[in-house]
Amino acid sequence: MKFGVVVFPGSNCDHDAFYAIGNILHKQVEFIWHQSQDLANCDAIILPGGFSYGDYLRTGAIARFSPVMKSVEKFAKSGGMVLGICNGFQTLCEAGLLPGAMMRNSGLRFICRHVNIRVEQTDTPFTNAARKGQVLKVPIAHSDGNYTADEATLAELEKDHQILFRYTTPDGSDDTAGNPNGSMHNIAGICNRERNVAGLMPHPERAMESALDSADGLVIFKSMVEALVGAAKATA
Amino acid sequence: MATAATEIKVTPEIAAEHGVTAEEYARIQKILGRDPNITELGIFSVMWSEHCSYKSSKVHLKRLPTRGKLVVQGPGENAGVVDIGDGLVAAFKIESHNHPSYVEPFQGATTGVGGILRDIFTMGARPIAVLDSLRFGSITTEGDVDARFTNATKTDPVTIAANRRILDGVIRGVGHYGNCFGVPTVGGEVGFEPCYSQNPLVNALALGIARKEEIFLAKAKGIGNPVIYVGAKTGRDGIHGASLLASAEFTEESQQKRPNVQVGDPFVEKLLLEACLEAMRTGAVVAIQDMGAAGLTCSTMEMASRGGTGIEIDLAKVPQRETGMTPYEIMLSESQERMLLVAEKGREREVLDVFKKWGLDAVVVGTVTAGGLAVVKNHGAVAAQIPAHPLAEEGPVYNRPLAAPASRAESEKDWFRFAPEGSNLAENFKKLLASPTIASKRWITEQYDTSVRTNTLAGPGASDAAIVRIKESEKNGVMRGLALATDGNGRWCQLNPRVGAMHAVAEAARNVATSGARPIAATNCLNFGSPEKPEVMWQFSQAIDGIGEACTALGTPITGGNVSFYNETLGKSIYPTPVIGILGILDDASKALKVAFRNAGDIIILLDAADSSSGLDTRREFSSSEYSKTIGGIVAGEPPAIDLAAEKRLIDCLVALAAAGSVQSAHDISDGGLAVTLAESCFAANGLGASVAFNENSSAEYALFSERGARAIVSISPTNLAAVLATARQYNVNAIELGNVTREAALRIELKGHAAIDSPLDVVRDAWANSLERTLVTR
Repeated sequence: MKFGVVVFPGSNCDHDAFYAIGNILHKQVEFIWHQSQDLANCDAIILPGGFSYGDYLRTGAIARFSPVMKSVEKFAKSGGMVLGICNGFQTLCEAGLLPGAMMRNSGLRFICRHVNIRVEQTDTPFTNAARKGQVLKVPIAHSDGNYTADEATLAELEKDHQILFRYTTPDGSDDTAGNPNGSMHNIAGICNRERNVAGLMPHPERAMESALDSADGLVIFKSMVEALVGAAKATA
Repeated sequence: MATAATEIKVTPEIAAEHGVTAEEYARIQKILGRDPNITELGIFSVMWSEHCSYKSSKVHLKRLPTRGKLVVQGPGENAGVVDIGDGLVAAFKIESHNHPSYVEPFQGATTGVGGILRDIFTMGARPIAVLDSLRFGSITTEGDVDARFTNATKTDPVTIAANRRILDGVIRGVGHYGNCFGVPTVGGEVGFEPCYSQNPLVNALALGIARKEEIFLAKAKGIGNPVIYVGAKTGRDGIHGASLLASAEFTEESQQKRPNVQVGDPFVEKLLLEACLEAMRTGAVVAIQDMGAAGLTCSTMEMASRGGTGIEIDLAKVPQRETGMTPYEIMLSESQERMLLVAEKGREREVLDVFKKWGLDAVVVGTVTAGGLAVVKNHGAVAAQIPAHPLAEEGPVYNRPLAAPASRAESEKDWFRFAPEGSNLAENFKKLLASPTIASKRWITEQYDTSVRTNTLAGPGASDAAIVRIKESEKNGVMRGLALATDGNGRWCQLNPRVGAMHAVAEAARNVATSGARPIAATNCLNFGSPEKPEVMWQFSQAIDGIGEACTALGTPITGGNVSFYNETLGKSIYPTPVIGILGILDDASKALKVAFRNAGDIIILLDAADSSSGLDTRREFSSSEYSKTIGGIVAGEPPAIDLAAEKRLIDCLVALAAAGSVQSAHDISDGGLAVTLAESCFAANGLGASVAFNENSSAEYALFSERGARAIVSISPTNLAAVLATARQYNVNAIELGNVTREAALRIELKGHAAIDSPLDVVRDAWANSLERTLVTR
C-alpha cells in the first residue's frame, strides 16, 4: 500500500500530509512532483493544502493544468482513490473531478480555527471507519472555502449522498451556526458519484494527535487504509 | 529624489538630498580618493543610512551581553543562532517594518514578514514559526488618555478611522504572507497607545531550525567563485524603501512615499525557500545573503566585506522586470524575494539546476575577486568601484548627545485615586477586560494560519508563550519544544526607559518560563524616535542599560535584532518601545503548560517571588498601569519597581514545577493584574470558574489590578500541594493558596472578607472575547 502526496509549487501542507501518513499511520508515502506524469504506482493520491501557483487567477485554477493532473485524472477515472484537502479540494473542483466551486468566505477574511464537521455518509473509502453522524473536530485554514453550486448540482449531491461532511456545532445539532464560511448546504466535503474522489476544506492531517488538540482526523486516513486493504483482499 | 544616469555630476547638494552629511561626504571622498559618481553616492548613502549602518546606535549596542554557552552565532549575521541540543540549532531574529506599514499597511506588513523569513532561511534554517509584535494608535475613544498625560494628537474620529484602517491592512498583510508561505503565525502581542497613531509598530520575529553543521553564513569566499543572483526579477520598486523610509521622520508629505514601499509575493518566497534549502544540500553553495534593505548593494558589499574579498558583478546580467534601468536603480532597488549566493567554481550548474526546477531565475552575475575591491559593471563599463570593507565597516559612527528630558512636573494630584473601601469594582473590571490591549485578540489571530506544519502545541493565547515542537528531535517518542514570547511596554519605557526595558525582558522571560520552558536567548527590536534629539538618545541609552542588565541577570544573551529610529510624525516621537523576544527550550514538549484551568477542585496558588513592599508609593506605581490608563485616563508615576533576582527565582521555580509535571496550568500576572490573569485562565477553560479569597494590606484596586512583576498563578491538583509548596520554598518563592477552580462558571474574588468581584463568567467573558470584533467589524 502506497500513498502519493502531490507537490505543486506553493503547496505548503504537503509535509504535513506526508508526516501524517508516514509517521503516524506508518504507511509508505512518497512525494510526487507536479511536472511528473508518473504516479509511482501509488494506490491513493493526496492533493495537499497550500497556495498552488500562488492561487493566482483563482484557487486551484492553474494547478489543474499542471502535468501531474493529467495522470491524476486518468487515475481517478479508472477508480483510483484521490483525496483533495483544502487547496487540493479547490483544485479537484477546478479540474472537474468534483462538482461545484469555491467562493471567498462569507466574512471575506482568512479563517483558521477548529470547526466541527458531521460525517454524513460512511459508504465511501474516506469515511468507512467513521460512524454516521459522528462529529469530528478538525481545523480549517482558508480564505476561499465557501462551497457554491447551482440548485441542480446541490440537489444531485443530496440525492446521490455525495455530501460526506457538513459543518455543525460540537453536538451536531445546528449546522448553520457551525458554518464558518457561508458554504451552501453547510458543505465541508463531498465525493464524486463513483465515490472514489473526495475533497474537504478542513485539514484532517492537522488533527492526527491529541497533543495538537484533536485526533479526529485519523478516522479519515484510517478509512482510506481500510479501503485499500479491502481492495487488495478483493483482488487477491 | 533623483534617480538619474551615471553622468549626473555629484555635488554636496545632491549628497545632502541623499541624506549624506558634509562630514560623511568628505569621508566618502577620502575612501575613494576622488569624488563619487551618482551610483557610488547611492551605494554609500544606503549603506550609511541609519537603518543599514546603525551609526547612531552602535556605540550603545556594544554594551549588550551577546555571549553564552549556547550561542552559536551572535549579532552581525542574518540571524542569531543558538544550540538547542541533539545537533540542532535554532535561528531567530526580530525586525521592524514600521514606516512602510504606516505608508502602505498591507504591503508594509507583508514585506516585513517576508524579510525576516528570508533572514532565517538564508542561514540554512527552515522557518517554523512567526510572531508579530504590533502597536497601533487608539481604535476607540473608550479609555482615552487624559490630555495632561499625552502629547499625541487627540483621538478624533478621523484618527480612529485611520488607525483601524492601518490595523486592518497590517493584520491582513501579516496573515497573507505567513499563510501563503506556509509558516504558522503562533504568537506575539497587539497593543494600543495614542502615540502610535501615525507611526504603528510592526515587528516580526521568525524562528527556524537547522542541523548545526548545516548553518550558512554570508561570507564571500574562494577567489574566482561565481556569484549567482536568484529569485524575483529586479524592478524599480522600493528604491530607498527600507533604507530611506526608515531613516527619516515622517512629515505631511509622507503618503507620497508610497512608491518607495516594496511589494511582496509570498508565493515566490515559498519557492525561494525550497530552492535555497535544496541548493544548499548540494554542497555547492559557499555563502548566501538575502537582498533586503538596500538590495543588491547591501548583499554584494557585505558578503565581500565579511569574507575579506572583493567582488565584481555585471548589472547587465541581473534579471530585470523593467527596461532602461540605470545602475543606480538596479543597485538600490529593494524588490523582494531575491538572494545572492556564492557557489563553488565548476559546480554552478548544480545550483542553477535547482532554481530552474523551482521555476526561479538564477544567473551568474559576477565573481569573487582578490583585493577587496567591489566593482560594479554595466555592459562592461565600470559603474561603481568601491573598497568593500571600508564601505561596510568604516562608515560613520556617532556618539550623539544625550539629555534626560526635563522631568515632567508631577505631583500626587496627578496620581490615580483609589476607590473607597467596599466599592463595587465589577463595572470597572468589565471595562478593563474590554479595553483593546487586554481584550482577546482571537478575531485577529484567527486570520493567521496557526497550525500549518503540525507543530503548534500552543498558539496565540493558549499559553503565555507560543510553543512549537521539534519533530526532528524525537527520541523514544519524546520531542523537544521551543517556546517564544515577545514583550515591550512603551508606556512604562516612556515613564522610565531603563526600568521599562528591564520589565520587557523580564516579562518575555517569565512568559517563556510560565509555559514550562527554560529561557536561553533573546532578540530585540528597538523602536525609538529621532536619534538627533538628545532626549531620544537618552531614552535609547537608558533602555540599552536596562536590557543589558536584565539579560545578564536572566541568562538570556542578545543574539540579534534591529534598531528602528525616526519613529516620529510631525515632530512627535512614539513612546520608546524596545520589544524583546525570548526563546526557551522544553526538554519534553508534552510537559508544556497552558493558561487554562483544567479541573474543578484544583487549588489556585499565587507564586510571588518578590518582597511585597517594592518601596514605591503604591499610588505612584499604580498610575502607570493599564487599569489607571483605562479607568482613570491617567498615565503617570513610575513602572513597578523591578527585582531581577526575584524574577530569576520565579523563572527557575516555574521551570522546575513544569518539569516535575506537578502543575495543571500556569499564567503570569501582567497587563491588568491578578484579576485579569484569573479571568483569562477561566475563559480558556470551557465551563470552569474560580473562587479565591486573600488579604492584602492595600486598596482593593491595587490588590486586583497591580502589574507588579515576578508573580504567576498556577493551579494544581490537591494531591500535589505539599510537593509544590516544597519546590516553591526551595526556590525562595512565596506560594500563597488563593482558592479553588470551581465547577460553577463564575469568578469570585474576595478581599478581606468582602467580595470585590463576583460575576457569572458569561458576563465578563463577553466583554473580553468580543469587544475587539465589535469595534473593528462593521456589519
